[in-house]
Amino acid sequence: MEETLLDIDLKDREEYIINMGPQHPSTHGVLRFETCLQGEMVKYIIPHCGYIHRGIEKMSESLSYPQLVHLTDRMDYLSAHMNNEAVALCVEKAMEVEVTDRVKYIRTILAELSRIASHQLWWSAFGMDLGALTTFFYGLRDRERILDIFEETTGTRLIQTFITPGGLMNDVHPNFQKRVREFVTYFRKKLPEYNQLLTGNVIFQERTKGIGYMSKEVAISYGVTGPSGRGSGFHCDIRKLAPYSAYPFVKFNEITATEGDTFARYWVRMQEMSESLDIIDQLVDNIPQGDYMLALKAIKAPKGEFYHSVETARGELGVFIVSDGGPNPARIKYRTPNFSNLFVINKIAAGHKIADLVAISGSLDLVIPDIDR
Amino acid sequence: MYDFAPFIDSYTSYLNAHFSPFWAGLISMVSLGVALLLFYAVLGLYLVYAERKVCAQMQNRMGPNRVGPMGLFQTIADLIKLLLKELIYIRNADSFLFNIAPFIVIVASIMAIGSIPFARGLQAVDLNIGVLYILAISSMGVIGVLIAGWASNSKYSVIGAMRSGAQVISYELSVGLALLCAITFAGSMQLSEIIASQQDGWWIFKGHIPAFVAFVIYLIAGTAETNRGPFDLAEAESELTAGFHTEYSGIKFAFFFLAEYMNMFVIAALATTLFLGGWLPFHLYNFTAFNTVMDYIPPVFWFFGKTAFVIYVMMWFKWTFPRLRIDQLLALEWKYLLPISLLNLLLISFLTLMQWHF
Amino acid sequence: MALLTTFREVGTYFREIYSGVASLVRGMRVTGGYFVRPQTVTQRYPENRKELKMFDNFKGELILVHDEQNHHKCNVCNTCMRKCPNGSIEVISKKIEGADGRSKKVLDKYIYHLDMCTFCGICVSVCDEHALKFDQEFEHAVFDRSKLVKQLNLPGSISQKEANNE
Repeated sequence: MEETLLDIDLKDREEYIINMGPQHPSTHGVLRFETCLQGEMVKYIIPHCGYIHRGIEKMSESLSYPQLVHLTDRMDYLSAHMNNEAVALCVEKAMEVEVTDRVKYIRTILAELSRIASHQLWWSAFGMDLGALTTFFYGLRDRERILDIFEETTGTRLIQTFITPGGLMNDVHPNFQKRVREFVTYFRKKLPEYNQLLTGNVIFQERTKGIGYMSKEVAISYGVTGPSGRGSGFHCDIRKLAPYSAYPFVKFNEITATEGDTFARYWVRMQEMSESLDIIDQLVDNIPQGDYMLALKAIKAPKGEFYHSVETARGELGVFIVSDGGPNPARIKYRTPNFSNLFVINKIAAGHKIADLVAISGSLDLVIPDIDR
Repeated sequence: MYDFAPFIDSYTSYLNAHFSPFWAGLISMVSLGVALLLFYAVLGLYLVYAERKVCAQMQNRMGPNRVGPMGLFQTIADLIKLLLKELIYIRNADSFLFNIAPFIVIVASIMAIGSIPFARGLQAVDLNIGVLYILAISSMGVIGVLIAGWASNSKYSVIGAMRSGAQVISYELSVGLALLCAITFAGSMQLSEIIASQQDGWWIFKGHIPAFVAFVIYLIAGTAETNRGPFDLAEAESELTAGFHTEYSGIKFAFFFLAEYMNMFVIAALATTLFLGGWLPFHLYNFTAFNTVMDYIPPVFWFFGKTAFVIYVMMWFKWTFPRLRIDQLLALEWKYLLPISLLNLLLISFLTLMQWHF
Repeated sequence: MALLTTFREVGTYFREIYSGVASLVRGMRVTGGYFVRPQTVTQRYPENRKELKMFDNFKGELILVHDEQNHHKCNVCNTCMRKCPNGSIEVISKKIEGADGRSKKVLDKYIYHLDMCTFCGICVSVCDEHALKFDQEFEHAVFDRSKLVKQLNLPGSISQKEANNE
């Protein structure tokens, strides 16, 4: 019989419990791991979330569809474009309209750029979790270039609110293609440096290989998606399973690994960065002409229930809209990737050391506002 | 500049001529203490500054650049800030031990500095067991760390202190064995004699590969002994927030911080003295012209230059490598460093016995 | 045979050490390379204020566009106020007597709550008159929250429509 969180007798607390979080350098936000220790060993972990719950789903019920897009940026702020895209695609599906190819291409390029940016930040923070402090600055240095591209087109760096139901907020900047191309060549050169600094490092490999093993079955039963799930051999890339936007037009590989340990999750993300560069490479030179926004009279979903999911940098983000035909959703539900990814931590980190817990939670790449919404 | 002995001698004879022997001794001791403390504070602060600049450059940043030209007074400003900060009183802490721990740590590092030869004739005490003394004193610091962790009554601190205990006790062995290599070569534990034995070449060159291996082992184990990255498990920022000094604030925290840098200096200075010829200049085998030019550089610069190089290498380690896990840390010591240094010591003893070193 | 295995084990032991040290040196070459050839990417911010130029589309703060005659384009349709997701915009109108004797609705105060704005840009995109724009100003820090509530129409300004009728 598998031990679950509920089986642990919560009354009997003659145990050495430390609270990692809500203010702790390794949780990257206001998350609390109630960690029971035996010496250096972690016996079990109870994650406590909800410290940054803002009621985004409830707030969205009183906002129209174009308005509620700006709240989705604040969920997983590192993949803001993908979050916007998820809502936009769901509403477009409900309205049965299709955006122009130009919009599709731009959406995909932006999504892949933010995937790279997100993975860069994850790489930086992951290195820092393991004590390699220099990674943080190299990752951020390269991420700045992507944020510059975003800023030039959308006006903001982190939470863009650029993709909206029916198209984009405005057309891309004339420099966009040039800058994206520059970035692709620049980052192709910098990526090997990442590997020299961290991936090949013997200490790093010792710290990550064989740590936090997650089997494919566990990944599926906990609903772990994204690079974390793919590290366990779970084919869960929505871009492949149900291609949306411009993904049907491009050739790319779904990166999976079978090892299921922390290093596999790390490796998948590192490969995804170069895969995303390839996707951008295929798209950026042939952005078709067209309108950036559909001329829609009113953005209203018909009565009914609609679901659409996209692949964010952390996994599957599903948007479920229940509509009564009005301009606002009657109920909106986000299936956020981090919420599912978080709760596997007790399963995979129990029995390891404290330092491994930090490495494992880093390899799951948690963004806390996405958990709490 | 080249020899401090006449200056020191004239100072002592001046004191002896004008004061009674008791007062002369007291004044010389006090002036020595003040000089060492001043040296300690200034050096500690500028090591912090150096580290911040070095890591900034490695990370494509500027580092401190606001206070003073190139941020030179930044750490002084930081010290003033720390002096003025509130010392937070931990209610359930063992207040006596809690307060005494930073002093143990800092006193250990000050005492070690006392017997380091900075230049010809510039050495406070030239003990005949100098190496042993520094080794003994610098390992006292860990008692302070253990006390700090225990007395803070914080779970993070206890874990950090226990890690530190396990770590320092194991790595002490490798440090000792690596130093024994140099001692075997020199045939003495007196630091001045070890330097004298390197008159015709530094041990790292004279002692073939085993000396180099001993130097590398000493550097690794020494970094571990100072609790610096990649061996900073005792404070492991991402795991234990700040480890053993989580609960310390203000100047007590500054003591721990300063002691870490001064321990690093002691380790580097010892490496310089034992392997890199101390304050001796660099000489090429028979190039008299080159050697004369080298002799013009004062010994103080030689000493601090070499020490700075060793410190730079230790900083380079810290800002490149990820942190080890506690079991890997111990495995590194007991499975790799210790057997290799034992083997190395055996080789060196053989070399010395056969007089095969240069 | 046993001896051979031992030899092989010893060989692996030293090979492990060698490959480990080699990987460490590779990492040190990266950081050391940057130390020798510094490539500073950070900027000295308050000092470089003069050269610092934000991108054209940068969303600093909302402004009501005024031309040289102090005319703005707002015709008080209130769309921006209605479309704003978090109520950062208050359009206050007043009635004035036009030249033809009929009372008209014109802009009295355009209040912008910077403290509530999330910079989604909906107001700018829904404005048919292109009366709104985002400015480059980004230094918003103030000591009093009430200073973040701004009136966007300049004192004495009138709308272009109003000006044309006169």
